[in-house]
Amino acid sequence: MIYADNAATSKMSEAAINTMVALMNENWGNASSLYGFGQNAKEILEKARKDTANVIGCKETEIIFTSGGSEADNQAILSAAAIGKANGKTHIVSTAFEHHAVLHTLHKLKREGFDITLLDVHSNGIIIPKEVEASIKDNTCLVTVMYANNEIGTIQPIKEIGEICKKKNVLFHTDAVQAVGHIPINVNTENIDMLSASAHKFKGPKGVGFLYAKTGINLSNIIEGGAQERGKRAGTENVPGIAAAAVALKEASEKISENKEHISKIRNRIIEGLSKIPHSALNGDTTNRLPGNISFCFEGVEGESLLLLLDDKGICASSGSACTSGSLDPSHVLLAIGRVHDVAHGSLRLSIDETITEKDADYIIRSVTETVEYLRSFSPLWKDLTTGKKEFIL
Amino acid sequence: MALYSEKLMDHFRHPRNVGSIENADGVGEVGNAKCGDIMKIYLKINNNVVEDAKFETFGCGSAIASSSMATELIKGKPLGEVKQLTNKAVAEALDGMPPHKMHCSVLAEEAILAALKDYSERTGNAV
Repeated sequence: MIYADNAATSKMSEAAINTMVALMNENWGNASSLYGFGQNAKEILEKARKDTANVIGCKETEIIFTSGGSEADNQAILSAAAIGKANGKTHIVSTAFEHHAVLHTLHKLKREGFDITLLDVHSNGIIIPKEVEASIKDNTCLVTVMYANNEIGTIQPIKEIGEICKKKNVLFHTDAVQAVGHIPINVNTENIDMLSASAHKFKGPKGVGFLYAKTGINLSNIIEGGAQERGKRAGTENVPGIAAAAVALKEASEKISENKEHISKIRNRIIEGLSKIPHSALNGDTTNRLPGNISFCFEGVEGESLLLLLDDKGICASSGSACTSGSLDPSHVLLAIGRVHDVAHGSLRLSIDETITEKDADYIIRSVTETVEYLRSFSPLWKDLTTGKKEFIL
Repeated sequence: MALYSEKLMDHFRHPRNVGSIENADGVGEVGNAKCGDIMKIYLKINNNVVEDAKFETFGCGSAIASSSMATELIKGKPLGEVKQLTNKAVAEALDGMPPHKMHCSVLAEEAILAALKDYSERTGNAV
């Protein structure tokens, strides 16, 4: 099997698994207990917090462990909204291609009376800092822009946006779920006030994530209860999971440049190979993209059938077609970069990691090419396109 | 557990009656590219019996399998019977499909009815 869906989830690293299992066996105490056995767990938890903080360049007191990226996104946005509302500021700036954890939270706030501006992400999938600046109003309480897009892998000009927000005195949150552990991030130099991350995207366990919130930001609780996580996130801490996440993050961050070189080389090989398929197009910017992301649209084929046939060939991938999302509309990300419905239904996302080889890449190229060709051979849409009844879009 | 039944996957992996019929007696096309499904069914009709049926489909796994099964179900059948084919019968013949995919079987039913209508319009024969 070639696993090319690392943006969906990644395989836990051996060190992370070993850490987690060892703690579940030997150090399973409650980190809030007074006795030594509990305090040992607390110590492990605090070391994980310190290691995590070191990777993104913040203080350990600025890390809140959560159940994942979605919870962190919810908490960051709802906190900024509450702070804003208390000061009469009810305008939020975001982008059209955020993850649903952000978009749906913003929809909720809109229903509560907030004014939401979703910036255009342009055909290359990269927002323009000047447009962020122009959209900030006197009553803007938050700018939230994802670090790297989960479907098309485009990396946003976060540092520039951070500078603008700092200058304008507006809180800046970034959903960095796809970026943390994959590209270098420093919240300090990039002027990031809040950042969300998820462990299972960087070879840590599922169900663990964290929110970085700069000192002084008064977070609102999403989960009420005990005084864990400085009173900002109730619930007995998942110490084995959190410790494993920290181990995975440290590992990933130490290997960032080495991995980037190998992964992006293979990524480019696959992009080059798939570009040879007639009437296909790469989604998102060619250079400002995550090392492991490959996203294509193929005209005249539908994504789900492509995925099922690739699965038969031992390739795990994903698509933004309506049929894979369970709704009638294809991916909002592909629509946001201007792909029309007809084309967006025929999308394929491959997200590779450092275990990928050139041989795998060539197998992927061959398999996708053959499958697209096969599906087109009995696609009435493809027939209409090739006989001139309809015009090609790509 | 897989998304689809073994039978549906078999019809998706090895679709029966793929292609078109030259000089078909009735052709029906339903769906559109915007929604991500287009189904086109070709019928060869003789003495009020479907002698041959073929399909071309742009769509997901269950759309392709529904086209394959629907064409199988109507081949050799008198038009009166073909007209009665329901989407439910197509879905059941595929050992069921997930609720949000049932519209694929509806498309198959509609494509066949569209092809019958085309035949009726071309020949003046009531179906």
